Parts: sequence; structure tokens; C-alpha cells
Amino acid sequence: MLTVKNLHVAIDGKEILRGIDLNVRAGEVHAIMGPNGSGKSTLAQVLAGREGYRVTAGTARYLGRNLLAMTPEQRAREGVFLAFQYPVEIPGVSNALFLKTSLNAVRKQHGLPELDAMDFLALVRDRMKRVGMDEVLLSRAVNEGFSGGEKKRNEILQLTVLEPKLAILDETDSGLDIDALKQVADGVNAMRNARRAIVLVTHYQRLLNYIVPDHVHVLSQGRIAKSGGAGLAFELEQHGYGWVEAGNEASRVA
Amino acid sequence: MNVQPDLLQHLELERMPEALAGHDVPWVRLARESAFGRFAARGFPTRRDEEWKYTDVTALGRRASLAPDHIPPDPSSEAALHAWTLTNEGMHLMVFVNGHYDADLSTIDGLPDGVRLTSLAQALDEAQDLPRPFFDVRNEHTIFASLNTAFATDGAMLQLAPGTVLDAPVYLLFIASGHGVAVYPRNIVVAGEGARATMVEHYLGMVDAHNFTNAITQISLGAGAVIEHCKLLQEGSAASHIAGIHADLMAGSSFVSHSFALGARMGRNDITARLLERDCRCTLNGLYLLDGRQHMDHHTRIDHLAPDGVSREQYRGVMDGESHGVFNGKLVVHPGADGTDAHQSSRNLLLSRQAEVDTKPQLEIFADNVKCTHGATVGQLDENHLFYLRSRGIDAESARSLLIYGFANDIVARVSAPNLRGRIEQLVLERLPHGESIKELL
Ligand SMILES: Nc1ncnc2c1ncn2[C@@H]1O[C@H](COP(=O)(O)OP(=O)(O)O)[C@@H](O)[C@H]1O
Ligand SMILES: [Mg+2]
Repeated sequence: MLTVKNLHVAIDGKEILRGIDLNVRAGEVHAIMGPNGSGKSTLAQVLAGREGYRVTAGTARYLGRNLLAMTPEQRAREGVFLAFQYPVEIPGVSNALFLKTSLNAVRKQHGLPELDAMDFLALVRDRMKRVGMDEVLLSRAVNEGFSGGEKKRNEILQLTVLEPKLAILDETDSGLDIDALKQVADGVNAMRNARRAIVLVTHYQRLLNYIVPDHVHVLSQGRIAKSGGAGLAFELEQHGYGWVEAGNEASRVA
Repeated sequence: MNVQPDLLQHLELERMPEALAGHDVPWVRLARESAFGRFAARGFPTRRDEEWKYTDVTALGRRASLAPDHIPPDPSSEAALHAWTLTNEGMHLMVFVNGHYDADLSTIDGLPDGVRLTSLAQALDEAQDLPRPFFDVRNEHTIFASLNTAFATDGAMLQLAPGTVLDAPVYLLFIASGHGVAVYPRNIVVAGEGARATMVEHYLGMVDAHNFTNAITQISLGAGAVIEHCKLLQEGSAASHIAGIHADLMAGSSFVSHSFALGARMGRNDITARLLERDCRCTLNGLYLLDGRQHMDHHTRIDHLAPDGVSREQYRGVMDGESHGVFNGKLVVHPGADGTDAHQSSRNLLLSRQAEVDTKPQLEIFADNVKCTHGATVGQLDENHLFYLRSRGIDAESARSLLIYGFANDIVARVSAPNLRGRIEQLVLERLPHGESIKELL
């Protein structure tokens, strides 16, 4: 579904991603772990189409297309979804209006009719229940005055409403208490199926107790330093990132 | 003297139509003559006048006529006028056509005991003394107030006895229809102790003519009264509009003003509030949406004259085309107004390179233990916001219009009465890029 090859990305002349290779197939869950500043969010944002980053080398293909040539909205309509590490507040625009506008945009792409007000409300209410979100947040401005946990749930709500093919979740677990974490994980697990791929970006192993990945990659200084199965996350938990970073240095010297 | 002699001839009071409010009331006539004298002595301000630095009104002096002649409405607007009277559910509607009250188009019913709502002309004809102090020279805030007193055509007079509550908003609709219209609306609100009401002033131009409106609204709030005032400026694309809204607040009263400026070639609102006694609260909200060559100037002034007053001011502008927005927010905390808590914010979006805005806070503080903050921003849409929306499948152009709508709607949302808020939201959407498609989704 997603094939990233030798991706180099720079911002303000500073190289942040230095040759990423990643192959994500439909039905898989990948975890990308790594210390702060290793480039996880940069990778996620570049895949979603954020401007301001310069791809200096490499490719990213999504469903056979050149992902990097698509606008952010084209990517979203074709099924790429990024749950933001820091969800953005949009004053004056209600959550309902925002969700409806984006759902209609995605549906239009697939030749589906716009949902009428009743059907939309029924759908959203169902998904809000699923992610444990209070319905009053629907009429409030997008993320404005939301607690950290509410913002993260709001990202997952959008995920469950838009039903993308490739979901990239950037630190969705950070700042959640254990109950919220379980609820968010349930929401994500319910989305797992053979046609959908999920990329979990996380600093901690904690989330992976609830969403068990098929593949784990450790990012360090803009490179994937190590890849493995779910067990890699537990090894990391025991040894810390220093363990991989040391290996990274060693492999570069060799 | 800045006024040309031929202009003065045009304005001779003797040839003023009988139709001016209170034409046979001696004190009214005296007030008009003396106000006219003050106007004639000073004339229109020029841009050398600090208060009019950004707004050039000298073109008004070159108009064919400034006289409030009686001009019949353009027949083309008849249908629209009648449609209006059908959409006033839950409001007391007073319609003024080219300055004159039209009782047939108006619907005032079910006023609670203690509430009187009449035209100013009627109030003056009944020889009421209540309006008299409002025509006093001490209540003239600008030279345009003098001009208004001289020619006040008509307007609304709302009296609220102590303790009365008017749930349905009073909706004053001022229609400009026809060519060469010059109107001088004068509205007065007297709210007794603890009284509450909402009043709307909607200026609607139905033709694209060089019409001129010079309006004054004076609001007196007794102790503990709560008045919410909402001004909707939607004049024709060639019209000039200059207005003053002036509130005097007694102890513990609360004045809320919303100013929505959506249409006029040149507009100026002077909105002032005097917090005369302790524990008053004053909220000034404003939103101007400009494009083409529109020019809109808001000058606000809040005088904290007594302790423990609270004022909150939030103005926003969206400028497109070659439009020019002006916001000048003056705040004076007078000696003795200790414990004042004031906040002012002015935020502006420039959507084109040619658009301009001048925003200036003016804080003068002469009291102790005062909390005053202010902030002003001028900028474009936030890239982070745009990316967030686009990452959800919303195309760049729709994302932009959604953000502009959000920016504007944040001010609309402050209007308390739901039916009024809904109507204003519709009007604002009609003025926004892609507003129609947002409307469908709401
Ligand atoms: N907009 C930016 N401008 C400059 N440097 C940036 C920007 N965004 C990220 N960086 C830098 O890129 C590196 C990787 O950041 P990021 O991708 O956010 O890491 P992570 O998500 O793994 O914590 C950091 O050194 C960070 O300071
Ligand atoms: Mg990050």
C-alpha cells in the first residue's frame, strides 16, 4: 500500500530524514518508535503532505501512485489519514461542520452522495460513543478549549468517521490516562481489517500493549536503525533507546 | 469654516420639510438651530483632524444635497420590503423608509406593561420631555451628532420602566431606496433600573446609489439594566454611512454592543460608553468584512469613570480587494476608577495584497489597581490551520473559506438572542467566499 524508499527530507536546509525505507501492506499494523527529535513527526507530516519540508531524495508510493506529488487533500480523499500529535484548534468552526465538510469531500471522491443531516448525525453519534466522546463536543469549535485527552479522542473520532485506508497516528497515546488509552486503542483496533493499514508513531511502548503491531521500526537520527516484530518494542522497553542508537553508530562505523 | 456657502443654502433650516420629527415643538426647533450653528461653524472634519486621520469625509461636502428631502422609495424594492415584514417572527419590527417611519410595514405587538416603543416623531408630538436631555449639546460626541440633531428625520424611542424585561428583540430596519437619499435617524433608549432589552439597528441599502446616512443612537442604562445593542451595516455599494452609538451606564448596569459592518462604500461608527457609576460592565464586539474599495472605520471609546468596572472589547476585520479597515480603540480609566478590569483585542485578516488596515489601541490610565490588556494582530490565514483542514480532504479554497467563516463566526456567536444570531450568521455567510456552500452544511 505504502512504499517509502530512501526518503531524505530537509527543513530550513537541515536534513531531518536521512534515508527512510518503509513498506506497509494492507492489513498490517506498523509501529514507528524512537526518541524525541528522531524525525517521527516529520515522517508522518511529509506523508500527509505538509508543505515546508523539502524532499531531497527518495520516493513514496501509495497504491501505486506518487504520493509526494499529491496535494494534502488528494491524499486524504484517497484514504491517507494523519492523526496529529498536536491537533489544531479552529475557532468559530464547529466540530460538526468540520466533520461534515471533510466526510462529504471524501465521499464525493468515491462517487458517493453527500450524507443528509439525519444520517450524518446518526453516524457521528455512533462513532462518538465508540471513542468515548461527549456529544456536546460536536457543537463546540474544533478542539478549542478541549483537554489534551479530548483532542486525541477527536482525532480518533475523525479516523472512525472518515474510514481511511492508511491511518498514521502520531503520538495519539501521549497525554492519555489509562482508561482513555484503552478506549482509544479499542477504537483503533475496531478499525483493523485486511484492507486497511495502520502506522502507529509512538515514543512509548505502552500503547503497543493494547494495539499489537505486526512490525516495529526504531527511528534514530532520521534513519530506521532497527526493524523487527512486536517483540522489538519490549526489548526497547528494557534497554532504552540508547541500545539502538549505539547499534546505529556501530553500523555506521562498520 | 470648512463648509461651502452653497452647501449652507441647501441646508437652510427654513426650507426643511415639515416631516422632521418634532417640527412644531419649540425646544426641538431651538435645539436644531443651535446644533446647525455648531455644524456650520466647524464643517466637516478633514484628515488633519486626528480623529479622522484615515477617513476622508470631504466628499460629503460635494454632494448635490445633504438635506433630508422626502424621497419616495424606489418601486423596485417594494417586494423586498414586504418580504421583510414577513420574516420578523419573534421580534418587534419598526421599518423606516428613507428616514421615515412606515407603520404599515412595521409590527409591534405584545409589548409588556411598562415598555413603550414608538417613533421619535410620535414621542415628540406627544410633547414628551424624556427625549429632551438627549438633544443637549453635552451629549454631542462628534460634529456629525450636531448635524444629526439639526436634521434628525425620525427614529425609534424605546422606554423601559424599571424592572421590565423585553424578551423579543426590537428590530429597527432603516431602508435606503432611491437616489440622493440623505437620512438622519435618531434613536433613543431609556432603560429604567434593572430593565432588559435587545435592540437591532439594521441599515439596508436597496439600490446602489450615493446615499448618505448619518445616524445617532443614545442609550441610557439605569442601575442594573442590561441592554444588548446590535448594529448591522448593509448599505448599498456606493453609500456613505456615519453613525454614533453612545451609551451611559449607571451602577451595575451592562451594555453589550455588536457592530457588524458588511456593506457601504464608506462607513464610520463611533461607539462610546461611559461607565458613570461603579460595577458596570461594557462589552464591545465588532466585525467588518470588506472588499472592493470599501472603507470602514470603527472608533470606539470606553470611559471608566467609577470603580470596579469591567470592559471587554473584541474587534475583527476581514479585508479583501483594495479595501481599507480602521479600528481605533480608546480606553480611558479616569482618576478614581480603581479596580478597573479592561481588555481589548483587535484581529485582522488581510486576504489581498492591496487590502489595508490601521488598528490602534489608545489606553489612558489615571487610576490605581487597574488591569488593562490589549492586543492587535494583522495577518493572513494560519498555515497550520489550513493544513489541518486539507489533511481531512477539504480543498485549499474551501479550507480558506471555512477558516474565514470561523474567524467571523467567533464574533457572531457572541450575540445572545438565538433568532437574531441565526439571521446575522446568514447575512455574514452571504458576504463570505463560498458562504453558500457552508450555509448548506450548517
Ligand atoms: N518546522 C521545523 N523547523 C525546524 N526544525 C524542525 C521543524 N520540525 C522539526 N524540526 C526538527 O526536526 C527534528 C525531528 O523532529 P520531529 O520530526 O518532530 O521528531 P519526533 O516527532 O521524533 O520527536 C528535530 O530536531 C526538530 O527540532
Ligand atoms: Mg513527534
